[in-house]
Amino acid sequence: MSDKCKKDDWVEIHYVVLEACERTGDIPEDTRKVPLECWIKGWAEKEGTVGEEVTIKTPANRYVKGTLTRINPEYTHTFGPCASELSAIGQELRSTLKEGK
Amino acid sequence: MAKDTSYDAVMERRAEIMSRALGLNYDEFIISDIAFDYEGMMAKAGYSLEEVRQIQSDSGVGNTPLLELRNITDLVRKTSKRGFGARILIKDEAANPSGSFKDRRASVSIHHAKKLGYPGVLAATSGNYGAAVASQAAMKNLGCIIVQEVFDSRHVGQPEIIEKSRKCEAYGAEVVQLTVGPELFYVSLILLEETGYFNASLYSPFGISGVETLGYELVEQIRATYGKDPAYIVVTHAGGGNVTGTARGALKAGAKNSTIIGASVDLSGLHMASDNDFNKKSFTTGHTGFGVPFATWPDRTDVPKNAARPLRYLDRYVTVTQGEVFYVTEALAQVEGMERGPAGNTSLAAAIALARELPEDEIVVVQETEYTGAGKHPWAQLDFAKQNGITVKRGAPKENKPGTTIVIPQDFSQITATEMDLNRMRRSYIRNALERNKVKHVAEEDIRFLAEDTKTDPDFVTSVIRDLGVRF
Repeated sequence: MSDKCKKDDWVEIHYVVLEACERTGDIPEDTRKVPLECWIKGWAEKEGTVGEEVTIKTPANRYVKGTLTRINPEYTHTFGPCASELSAIGQELRSTLKEGK
Repeated sequence: MAKDTSYDAVMERRAEIMSRALGLNYDEFIISDIAFDYEGMMAKAGYSLEEVRQIQSDSGVGNTPLLELRNITDLVRKTSKRGFGARILIKDEAANPSGSFKDRRASVSIHHAKKLGYPGVLAATSGNYGAAVASQAAMKNLGCIIVQEVFDSRHVGQPEIIEKSRKCEAYGAEVVQLTVGPELFYVSLILLEETGYFNASLYSPFGISGVETLGYELVEQIRATYGKDPAYIVVTHAGGGNVTGTARGALKAGAKNSTIIGASVDLSGLHMASDNDFNKKSFTTGHTGFGVPFATWPDRTDVPKNAARPLRYLDRYVTVTQGEVFYVTEALAQVEGMERGPAGNTSLAAAIALARELPEDEIVVVQETEYTGAGKHPWAQLDFAKQNGITVKRGAPKENKPGTTIVIPQDFSQITATEMDLNRMRRSYIRNALERNKVKHVAEEDIRFLAEDTKTDPDFVTSVIRDLGVRF
């Protein structure tokens, strides 16, 4: 897949909202050590390459600048593989329901 | 000149930003540092039940089916004392436009935003509420921004939350995906200021009045079919709005003898704002990580006075384990033919245990379901848990350890509801009310308010205050 987007392509950008040193005091140590980061999707204002700074127009009509991360980003979450720990439950319950009938 | 968007500068403008973004002045309801006119706020700022029903009817929300879970009830009776095992009913809230009861909450806020002429709405939520706001905003041609906490610092996101991002984007919302941290609130404030959008807060009177129809409807439906009121109304409890709205609606329907029971997934020991712990939870809502802090200090939210006040309404509060909820989710699909998302089944897991306490002729109602889908599904969530080092096995529920082990019950009879000490939570709330407001002297009106807000009496409140060494 190309790492270049055209104007009006649906893309994702990334930027750092707060550097680690700018984070608020009342958070756990592990969280304080890392920056607060942000990803937003929208339409590219002009062509760009992954890794470059681009501006997008979001669905809420905001213009936001950030590093281009993905072009026509896909959703990769799935139903996952069979959870074997659950697979017998249906049969077990059905057989219990039949007992005493 | 562009406004200073540094953290401190934005937080400094917090009150001003929130007031404009809610179009609501809370000052008129304030009685003292502790007390405020809760019912006055709900009456003046919210909408009446009749108005809410009309708003929801116009936006395709509510009037969801109430189903009797005959096979699950049968299984409960087979694992109860003779003559025990109440009938279990479930309100299929997944039938709302975006797939959860949160449409009720969103519909009123979005109606209000449209009426007041706001150009769009914003909500800070990683839950089903985001999709609900996005869906309702789409119906009303309003702009929509959803701010979510999605990733840990490795850019790894809970499959359940990724699915919720997708759903919001499907409805045309801008989704701002953040890494872990409470500064999500800061980002929301910047965006509210920049866009002039309405803050569709989960905790405004609008949102809560939207849930009242759920409690009202279920009582009406149960009376129509069974000719009686439910003995127990079991509500998945997180931020408190579900409990508050449902209980208020049930009371408005006159169901004064129904016991309101909150249920949360036990995630004790995991820190909600921790980058490391973030992906060790297999539930992103309906858990004690929200349920306990929001009950013991409701005014921690994005509004000056939270309209969701669970201790005002809870008669009991129980927990179940992650493994029990996954088991029950599988059971609901396998023996009732209803495939629904896991988090919404928290109250069902509790209801199964609670129904065993009651005779067969009583009714226990589970007041919600939620949609299921890729990511928001037991397979995806258990696979993700394993990838994050969590052991998943079958066994006894008491072996569950949040962040370490998920134990899927070996048998239906093992499903248990663990009672939380509500009086302890009430004491904790009273202590918070005093300490966080830096109160040195408590007046009679404060005691009256705290008694109402904890569903106790002035004697209970004064005994707690005396223990804390505060004058009154």
